[in-house]
Amino acid sequence: MNTSLVFGAIAFWLVAWAINEWLVRQTFRDRLANRAVRLVVPLLFGISILVLWEGLVRGLNVPFVLLPPPSAIGVRLVNSVPTLWADFQQTFLKAVITGYALGCGLGFIVAIAIDRSPFLQKGLLPLGNFVSALPVIGVAPIMVMWFGFDWQSKVAVVVIMTFFPMLVNTVSGLAATSSMEKDLMRTYAATWFQTLVKLRLPAAWPFIFNALKINSTLALIGAIVAEFFGTPIVGMGFRISTEVGRMNVDMVWAEIAVAAVAGSAFYGAVALIERAVTFWHPSMRSARAA
Amino acid sequence: MEKPGFFKDRIMPVAVIVAALVVIWYIAAVFLNAPFERDTAARAGTPITFSEILPKTMFQERPVLPAPHQVIAEIWDTTFNKAVTSKRSLVYHAWITLSATLVGFGIGTVLGILLAIGIVHNRAMDRSLMPWVIASQTIPILAIAPMIIVVLNAVGISGLLPKALISTYLSFFPIVVGMVKGLRSPETIQLDLMHTYYASASQTFWKLRWPSSMPYLFTSLKVAIAISLVGAIVGELPTGAVAGLGARLLAGSYYGQTVQIWSALFMAAALAATLVIIVGLAHTAVLKRMGMKP
Repeated sequence: MNTSLVFGAIAFWLVAWAINEWLVRQTFRDRLANRAVRLVVPLLFGISILVLWEGLVRGLNVPFVLLPPPSAIGVRLVNSVPTLWADFQQTFLKAVITGYALGCGLGFIVAIAIDRSPFLQKGLLPLGNFVSALPVIGVAPIMVMWFGFDWQSKVAVVVIMTFFPMLVNTVSGLAATSSMEKDLMRTYAATWFQTLVKLRLPAAWPFIFNALKINSTLALIGAIVAEFFGTPIVGMGFRISTEVGRMNVDMVWAEIAVAAVAGSAFYGAVALIERAVTFWHPSMRSARAA
Repeated sequence: MEKPGFFKDRIMPVAVIVAALVVIWYIAAVFLNAPFERDTAARAGTPITFSEILPKTMFQERPVLPAPHQVIAEIWDTTFNKAVTSKRSLVYHAWITLSATLVGFGIGTVLGILLAIGIVHNRAMDRSLMPWVIASQTIPILAIAPMIIVVLNAVGISGLLPKALISTYLSFFPIVVGMVKGLRSPETIQLDLMHTYYASASQTFWKLRWPSSMPYLFTSLKVAIAISLVGAIVGELPTGAVAGLGARLLAGSYYGQTVQIWSALFMAAALAATLVIIVGLAHTAVLKRMGMKP
């Protein structure tokens, strides 16, 4: 046990925390400085956690299998870029993106299709809500059986997982317009299609983006878990499960880091598009003012 | 305006859709299972007509898509005709999954509430922790599940706890987000009133913030319990199919026992529905007791 490392890490963490405590109490004249502080505070927290992790793991001699230090994971990450890139292509670019686009698109289209039938809505909406609460991931083995080991089966799982949140949110989004606004469109003699495009879809965007954000994480989870049930010898889920078996924990963590970055970037991209599309929504306006 | 009837507007549409789905399922079962029968007939050298195929597709040993009645028969058989302690009993497996779910859900709820209280009362925690709480959810934790299980097994922790930890990780997030929102839901005017009463921070918390966060808490709990069941099921996959609904799924997919997969899937669905309904009932009861309209 190396006490100085442990204490050093803890001291670093405490200092970082103190700086954060001090930073959040400051208000700067400059708007740019304020924005920088908003960015620096979580960043500093993250870095201090990494330092604490490194120091504790090295200082307390935690077995490598249990928790490798971040530096070892970083080295592994840099050294195995080709493998990681191949896995990323297989899982993310092929399975997640295709499945996400198909699932969200289908959910959206079905929601529009049943828009004119209150009967279908009343029937499908409770079912959709019900299915959203189910462990849909369980269909993964069935899909692998039906569509084979390659990425097509993962696409199928992702489609099923993303379809229902999209359906439910779009339907409730389309119902979000008030009767006053609909009446106004009627006085303009707007057709159903015009009302849909000019009034109801814009009003539904916040709901739809909510579903898109939920689905962005669901899609990645679905694709990775589906790979546990059978896959060709490439893919993030495959890599994780085999490297765990070989006790190459640093490789697993490297894969997890890739998945985390990919997932965050995906979520962030959707959130950015949301900000651009629904700039008028109160939640966005207040975010901008602050 | 016609008065909306409970039966006409709530039950009937759902019933019709479900009936339609079952019909589609039967048709799909016939078409997906027919090639196998045709192959068998061709191998045996006997010509076979569609009307002969039709009944056979309903009772295959390992169908591509089992017909609904096969699944129901399997569920009935493994639920009521087997001793509860037997490894062939679906109730036994469901109980194992359920116990991991509940332990994880419990820890996750407590952790989530504590984190939310910290975030609401400490600005540094709010600014530095909240982005990471959100970022933590973009990490596909389910992908890490096997590693957590295997690694904890390596240091001698096995059984219920590793699975419960995965459920915890999944379920704490909706609770943190919901509770932060809920604890902040009292309006400034109400907080000012507490201020004029010279209420301490803990009094404000127990008499104002906590009660007004209840609707948010229960909404989050519903999401959390569903998601922690998913966590427990996925947590059972890498243990080598020992026990639990996830293990049933994995074993079924290894040995091509489609009926077993589907029955485990339905059991999981029933479990999820029951848990969500229980939380929903608690929601209504608590809000009624507090004099709020749910």
